[in-house]
This record gives sequence, C-alpha cells and structure tokens, in this order.
Amino acid sequence: MRAFADLYFALDATTRTNDKVAAMRAYFDATPPADAAWAVYFLSGRRPKRLLSALLLRRWAAELAAIPEWLQEEAYHAVGDSAETAALLLPEAARAGERPLHAWVEEAILPLREKDEAGQRATVLDAWAELDDPQRYVFNKLITGGFRVGVSQRLLMRALAEAAALPEAAIAHRLMGAWEPTPEFYATLVHPDELRGEDAGRPYPFFLAYPLETDPATLGDVADWQVEWKWDGIRAQLIRRDGQTFLWSRGEELVTERYPEVVEAATALPDCVLDGELLAWDFDANRPRPFARLQQRIGRKNLGRKLLAETPVVLLLYDLLEWAGEDWRERPLTERRAQLEAIVNAAASPWLPLSAVIAAPAWADLVSLREESRARGVEGFMLKRRASPYRVGRRRGDWWKWKIDPFSIDAVLIYAQRGSGRRASLYTDYTFALWDGEGDDRHLTPFAKAYSGLTDAEMREVDRFVRNNTEDRFGPVRSVRPELVMELAFESIQASNRHKSGVAVRFPRILRWRHDKRPEEADTMATLRAMIPDL
Amino acid sequence: MVLTHTDHGLYCAAGDFFIDPWQPVARAVISHAHGDHARAGSAAYLCATPGESILRLRMGPEAHIETAAYGQTLRLNGVAVSFHPAGHILGSAQVRVAHDGEVWVVSGDYKTEPDPTCAPFESVAADTFITEATFGLPIYRWQPSAAVFDQINAWWRANQTAGRTSVLFAYALGKAQRILAGVDAAIGPIYVHGAVHRLNAAYRAAGVPLPHWRYAGDAPPDQDWSQALVIAPASTQGTPWLRRFGDVSAAFASGWMRVRGQRRRRSVDRGFVLSDHADWPGLLAVIAATGAGRVLVTHGYTAVLARYLRENGREAYELNAPYSGESLDEAANEGAPEAH
Repeated sequence: MRAFADLYFALDATTRTNDKVAAMRAYFDATPPADAAWAVYFLSGRRPKRLLSALLLRRWAAELAAIPEWLQEEAYHAVGDSAETAALLLPEAARAGERPLHAWVEEAILPLREKDEAGQRATVLDAWAELDDPQRYVFNKLITGGFRVGVSQRLLMRALAEAAALPEAAIAHRLMGAWEPTPEFYATLVHPDELRGEDAGRPYPFFLAYPLETDPATLGDVADWQVEWKWDGIRAQLIRRDGQTFLWSRGEELVTERYPEVVEAATALPDCVLDGELLAWDFDANRPRPFARLQQRIGRKNLGRKLLAETPVVLLLYDLLEWAGEDWRERPLTERRAQLEAIVNAAASPWLPLSAVIAAPAWADLVSLREESRARGVEGFMLKRRASPYRVGRRRGDWWKWKIDPFSIDAVLIYAQRGSGRRASLYTDYTFALWDGEGDDRHLTPFAKAYSGLTDAEMREVDRFVRNNTEDRFGPVRSVRPELVMELAFESIQASNRHKSGVAVRFPRILRWRHDKRPEEADTMATLRAMIPDL
Repeated sequence: MVLTHTDHGLYCAAGDFFIDPWQPVARAVISHAHGDHARAGSAAYLCATPGESILRLRMGPEAHIETAAYGQTLRLNGVAVSFHPAGHILGSAQVRVAHDGEVWVVSGDYKTEPDPTCAPFESVAADTFITEATFGLPIYRWQPSAAVFDQINAWWRANQTAGRTSVLFAYALGKAQRILAGVDAAIGPIYVHGAVHRLNAAYRAAGVPLPHWRYAGDAPPDQDWSQALVIAPASTQGTPWLRRFGDVSAAFASGWMRVRGQRRRRSVDRGFVLSDHADWPGLLAVIAATGAGRVLVTHGYTAVLARYLRENGREAYELNAPYSGESLDEAANEGAPEAH
C-alpha cells in the first residue's frame, strides 16, 4: 500500500494536471494488475461504504496515544477530519509492513464489515502497527468511507489511456457501469483490442454541459443551435439491448428497479441507448413537479403502490447514443434527434416523452422566454450545437446550460461552526436567519445553512468576528452577535414542514458579504415565503 | 502576585515594567522581536543582548533599547529580572522575574530542538510559569529537523530536474534564517526576498554563521531561476513579486503544515512541518522541568493545554491575550507587512 499512499500524496501535492497524469501513469506502469484494479476503483471515486464509525477510529487512536476523550475531540475540531486526526494522534508504528494494496483491501479492509466491534478494533490496531503515517491516513480514509482524491475522471482516463496506449474514449467506455476491481478487469481495461463493451448493460459516458456565462449571441447564429428547456431532474441513460432494459443514473448507479413505470414503458422500445432526464411528472398539468417530489423516489428501493400513484416518474428523452447495435455518438445531433423522434413517436408512451425543441428565430426571443423558466418549473435553457457529436464528459463548446439567475435574499449570520477539510479550525459553516414577526415580537428565524461563497480572506475575517462575538456555545456551534449580513443565493424554494422556518431552499450559498447593510435591514421571512411558487 | 494581567499586558507592579506589552508603556521587557511580542511606541525597551540588532531593526533607530546578557540579573526597582535562552529565534528569551522570594518565568515563544541560529533552550525553575501554547494539541509532534531538511533538499533537487524554481515561504524573522542554515547550500543558488535579506544581514552581524545567499532584487531580468531556492515571506504568495520566478513549485515551512487542511488552505504544492515553537510533547516536558506549582497558559490552544495540565494534577489557568486572527496562522510572527 506504500506505493498507493505515495501516489495519493503526489496527487495531493500538485494542482498541475500534467503532473497528476504523470504520477498516475508512473503508478500504473509499475503496479501489478491486482493492485492497479483497486487503484482504478478508488481513483474513479468508487469506495466501499463506511465500514466503521469515524468516532470509534478516533477513540482507538486516542487510547493508543493515552489521551482523554475530550482532548481527542479538540484535536478533531482542529483537524476537521476523523481519519486524519486518528493518524496524527497515533504513536509511531512498531514495524514497517509491505503488504500490497489488494491484500490490504481484500484481507483487512473489506472483512471489517463482517466483524463485531472487538474484531474490528483488533484488525485496525494491527494495521496501524505496521503502517507509517501516510499509509495510516489512506487506510483510515478507506475504512471510514471518506477516501477522495483530487483527480477528475478525465485525468484518470488520460493516465490509463497513456499507460495502455489506447484512446481515452475506449477507456472511458470500459470504465462505465458495474465492474469488480479484479486483476482480470484491469487486464480487460488496458487490453489493446478495442473490443466493444461485451456486457449488454454497459452505459456510455455522459456528455455534460458547461454553464454559459456570456451573452448567447457570442455563440453565433441561433439557427446553428438546438434549444431545449433545462430540466431539473436526474440525468439518466436508458439501455435497451437484446430485449433487456437497464437504467443508469449519471452517478453511474444502476437504478433500473427504482423506476418501474419507465422500465415497463421501455419494453415498447427496440434496441437503442437513450439519454434523458428522470422527472416527477404532473400528468394533469403536463409539466414537471419540483425536484423535491422526485427526491421522494430517489433512494427508495421499496416502492409502495401509493408512492407510485402519487409521484409518477417519467424519462424525458433528448438524445440517441446507439441505434440497432451501432454507436451513433459521432453522428451530428440533427441526425440523432431525427431518429430519436422516430423512436419515441413509435413507442408513444406517456412515460417516455420527448424533450421539446424550442423554436427561436433570434436570441432575443429566448431572452424573454427564459423569464418564464421558473413558472414552467425548469432551470433555463440547454443550448446544443446542431452539428455536434455526443462527446465524453464535460467539454466546452457544443453544449451549454444557460441557467436562470438564482433566487437571492439578504440574511443575518447567527450561528457558526468550524468547517472540515481545508476549512478545518476556521469558523466557516454558517446558519442564516431572516426577520420574522412584528414590533416587540420581531425576531430572527433561522432558515438556511451555507458553507461556500466567501473568499479565503473573508472567511478569516468572519472567523475572527465569530471568535470575538460569541454569545453562547452549544457543543461545536457558536451563536454570535447578529451583525453580519450576507446575500444568499439558492436554486429553488418550497414549503416544508420538516424545517422550523416552514421553508426549504435548495443549494443555498453565499453570493456576497453585504458590508453596506445593517442587520436590521436584512430581509424578512415574509419576503422569503412570497417566493414559494403556487403549485 | 509578582505579575498581573492588565489591558496593556503582563505587568510587574513592584518593578513598574511590562513584559511584551501590546500597548505603548514606559518600560517594556521584550522576550523576542516578533511582532506579536514586540510592539512599537514604548519609551524604553529591555531585551537579551543577542536580540538587540533585530529589535532595533523592528523598532527603528530612535528606539531606546537596553540589553542584558543571558543569565545576567538586573534590578528594576528592586525586582530581579534576567533573560534565559528560549531557543525560538536569535535573541529570544524567557524572562525570569524574582521578587519577595517568588519566581515567575515568562516563556515567550520557545522550542526545545537545537537550532544553529540561536542559543539552545535552557530550562529555568519557577514557582509560576507562563507558557505559550501555539501548538498545544497532541496532533502536533515534530520530526527531527534533519529529516525535514532532507525533504526540503529532495524537493529542491526534484524541482531543479523539472526546471522549476523552488519557492519556500517562511517567516522572515527566524524561520528563514533557520532554513538557510539547514538546507544543503551545495544544491544550488539561494535567493531571498528583501525582508529576509535585511534580517539575514542582522543575523550575520550578530555572529550567526549563514551560507551564501543573494538578494533576489539584485538579479538581472534574464536570470535563470530554475536551479534556485527562493526564501520569501508568506505574504508574497499570490503577489506580482513572484512572477519573475516563472514556473515555480511553492512550499510553506510551518508547524501548521502538519494538518492537510492547513496545507490546502495555503494553496501550496508542499508543506514542510518545521516550527520554531515547541510541539505537544515539548510543551509538556518544559512545563514539567520548571517544577512550577502554577502554570498560566497564553497564545494558542490555551484552554486545551490548561485543562490537560489541571487533569494531570497541576494548577493551571488560561491567560488570554487579545485574539488576533493571525495568531493561529503564525503570520503575526512576520511583524510589519513586508514591502514587495
């Protein structure tokens, strides 16, 4: 595992993509397939679910370090990460072991799941006794389910493509879908023959759009672009091959069983692979329901009849990737779209609607139409170049998401908590409140937490404010003098009885610090409630 | 009470002097020249002899500075005051104050590991010991500095191979000179920022042996930096001053680099764990060696260290200095903002 830990810290130590690719390439060149398979597994963001609690890990480390529980907690608040705290607290290793990565994973890490607490403790303490600091860190991250590496899928694919002397697209395709990190898998992954995905359920990599931050007129003639609404659902790929149906979410999760109405409808389709969006659908109004409704279906494996009846889901289709066993991704969008329309019209299923193409003689028409996005329950427009192929991953140039501006409101910072990771030890996680009530009853009601949006310098300034203006402490949370006003942005809003404020906002983040506003000038709950759409 | 806590800082009423005051006073006894301990505006300063030239560099040519050798006892209005090496930076001292048969020792900042650029830490017996706690958490444990310098040397060599300038951020006073004295100067040329340059000169004038360095500002515009190590204050990070060095690998030398989140927050390629403060075991060992019946804890993780000491049978309290956001960043040790 030493080589893998070294790779982790080499990747962590640079932001240069070429250095990252070179480090991975060197690792794959020198590593046997059994270890390389696991490295691909972890570097591609796959990880075993949490095998034991982070708190237990810290407690065991504190025991070995002979420090009390509260001191271990203090250390954790300064570090912001349990796995790292444990590694930093441990006394030096007794002996240096050289077990390879796959042996660690298969013989020590994965079997943790089957063990009781005493057995887990014995395994972990044994491991710590033969791992040095960097390896302990990686080991602790792996067993607490928190292992993350600063490399994108694309960089990993580039490194693998270089190591295997294959095109990146071939590697990308072979990495899609479900696979086991075995030596055989790795051998297939880097095999020089460009065999097509021999597995019927293997999805294609998704093509992802970049946000459009300039005037759309800079994109040239509007006639070169296919315009669709940007739907607020879950991106999904529907595969029909050899009479079988597979439904993949963008998170590369097989979700076939979660959306039985879509899969049922798909039996009417011939062999093809389609790209689209899962949406909770209101058949009466013929429009999507808010994302929060879809959320009731996400993650639910046991679908009651009531839920299926109340919250039906459709797959709204917008692209065709494979037709009659042939990969169509290199064909221009116009051609794919024409064939997609033919397929969808032939199936004629209400659960498989088509994403409408919006006719736009000029960009100006779109500017005004975009204003209706919120009322229509969409997030703005997708702009797709008609001549473009279906590419791999997030690329600039051919697909743009032209989103509507978020909601925004001026709120008062009332609670602060220390952050984690690179924000550890700084107070960077905030709760914001709005004014509620009248006269003597006027008070601040908390409604949202926000973590991001400030610059590092601003974060330090708020941190100093929090430390010098703490009114009360509840565990790690400090309540502070309500003085700082920040403008928060959020994507959507709806009434909620699970929130004290009665309102749930989606993706709240800090837009800017309103130095120009006094706290009493912040917005009110009434203003916020007025933003809830009537549905 | 030999010393009391006032809004100007630690005060000795019997001797009528302050130790490291944070407001201008009539007489300031200074533990060392870092900005959070030595502030301008006091009428008279007293420091350990080896620290005089640096304190003068910081306080200006007009400042009235008296000195005493390490171990020499002065009488200030009948109170015995002496300086004892703290091992933090050149001239850094613990201040021993004895009055009416009671001994108080104010540690200032200190480290226990030997450092070729200053006198080594000496343990001083005390009834009351006022300790710093910058790194007062058990996650802070230092490797021997020789091992850290091996890492720095290896990083520098690897950058040379890749054709990249090695830029190492470090506090201009103390850390920069310790690095200069610790790296393998045979690897390549060493350049420094102007602030470091001035302090290096003061160190050399005080008799501290340092290898050859060059002032970066003297280099010709077409200078090839790719083989060089550049030592600069952290305040230069992200400024135009760095542009001249072309493709760089940036690193930061500090005890905070022990934690990954701190490394990432600094946005540097590498973090070297090298501190001029005592680590957790160092703090505990020093406190035990003083034999102090009472410990007051200031600067850093004061509450944590005080509680730990109490739970281990020692009378201990927090002594709060005004919180400056920078103190957790060690950046206060930089003193005044550097000119670029």
